[in-house]
Amino acid sequence: MGAVSPAGTLRRTPLFDRHEAAGAKLVPFAGWEMAVQYPEGIRAEHLAVRGAAGVFDVSHMGQIETNGPGARDLLQRLLTNDVDRLAVGGAQYALLCHEGGGVLDDLFTYRLAPDHYLTVTNAANHDKDLAWFRTQAQAVDGAEVQDAHDRYAMLAVQGPGAREIVQAMADAPLPARMHTARRVLGGHSVLVCGTGYTGEDGVELLADPHDAVALWDEIVHRGAAPAGLAARDTLRLEVCFHLYGNDLTEERGPIEAGLGWACKEATGFIGAQAVHAVREAGPAQRLVAFRLTGPGIARQGNPIEGGGEVTSGTFSPSLEVGIGMAYVPAQHATVGTELQIDVRGRARSAVVAEKPLYHH
Amino acid sequence: MAEATYPDDLLYHAEHDWARVDDDTATLGITWYAQDALGEVVFFDPPDVGTTITKGESYAEVESVKAVSDVIAPMSGEIVEVNMALGDNPETINDDPYGEGWMVRIRMSDASETESLMDVAAYTATLE
Repeated sequence: MGAVSPAGTLRRTPLFDRHEAAGAKLVPFAGWEMAVQYPEGIRAEHLAVRGAAGVFDVSHMGQIETNGPGARDLLQRLLTNDVDRLAVGGAQYALLCHEGGGVLDDLFTYRLAPDHYLTVTNAANHDKDLAWFRTQAQAVDGAEVQDAHDRYAMLAVQGPGAREIVQAMADAPLPARMHTARRVLGGHSVLVCGTGYTGEDGVELLADPHDAVALWDEIVHRGAAPAGLAARDTLRLEVCFHLYGNDLTEERGPIEAGLGWACKEATGFIGAQAVHAVREAGPAQRLVAFRLTGPGIARQGNPIEGGGEVTSGTFSPSLEVGIGMAYVPAQHATVGTELQIDVRGRARSAVVAEKPLYHH
Repeated sequence: MAEATYPDDLLYHAEHDWARVDDDTATLGITWYAQDALGEVVFFDPPDVGTTITKGESYAEVESVKAVSDVIAPMSGEIVEVNMALGDNPETINDDPYGEGWMVRIRMSDASETESLMDVAAYTATLE
């Protein structure tokens, strides 16, 4: 996005001036200077997305394009899901694993044309993912990997009213959930994706960086509340979506993370043998969702009595209670199991709960 | 509250705490700056009445959606009253940090500690 920054400085998205003018709190995040919240506050932004519509600038997220007759073969090696089930105009969630089965990233891939795929990376992992794609591409004929990060700004419009807002700007019906299509929105050609990270209906927009401000202004004008990364985190945690770096790491595999559904070992992806072995034997720990039963808020890194630790923890604006996800020994992973979490030296009671923690 | 305010009848501590001294007791809380930096407070974990607190050390925790923060004692003493209303309405700390959002009342153990605290001019100068 924009010019390459000197070492040690933070990159800014094309919407930086809009966030600053709106009075957003700006924080460093994965090398980017991002809006963590606007003056209305996290709770108001969160509830706007649950009840109406919010818009997030997620232009820090990266994009990798994989093109050519070998693109499918390369992605089938790299991604844990079955790329053959991804039709043109479709979207698919998958993990990127190393040979040992640890998770390098979790990502969405969109198939734009028969031999043309777009994969969205987490900002903190983009360079690592790109290097991994390129290394693996050397062993596959006819697969070209391109860094597309500078070609896209990314906006997420989420909430029960999100589609209506974007549809009113569009030249044709928006793609359905888990589908993607190019549409003209207010005169700008945009890749519209029926995906998101909040548990609400909505779309993600991949646009030319030069069009980002005009799109943002129009979406806000039509009633979506600007929302920051803090609300994005509380929203995703209420519906138990994983955050890389918290709930997913290179040291842990997809099965213990509860993402076995996104792994199709028969495709022979990198790490398939290791993943399959864990699936067969059962993982030693499992990622559970929990709800505090008394006061307190558990946070990332809090240890759990009897083993395990919290990987994500926050206060849930929808449920108005402390919630989170934690890796616990498999025998403690059943819904209803009581947990004692060491929150800064004090034992706090929690209970393993159904995923998602929040639903309409 | 949207606008920054710093009453001139309070004493301030560098960790963004205030004290309202009345005879040998003092009422303590956090400043507008502190609640703004924290964001919406969702949980206040008070100490018990009778607990001794020490100037410069944590005596309570406040949590926003994002993070937990220690509340630092601007003065030493024994807690004689806790604002229990904050248990059910911790957002009062945001709405009225110098009034209904007070946290504890202490009996001061060393009244001379007030001399090391800042007046409003000195404190607001540290925020610039």
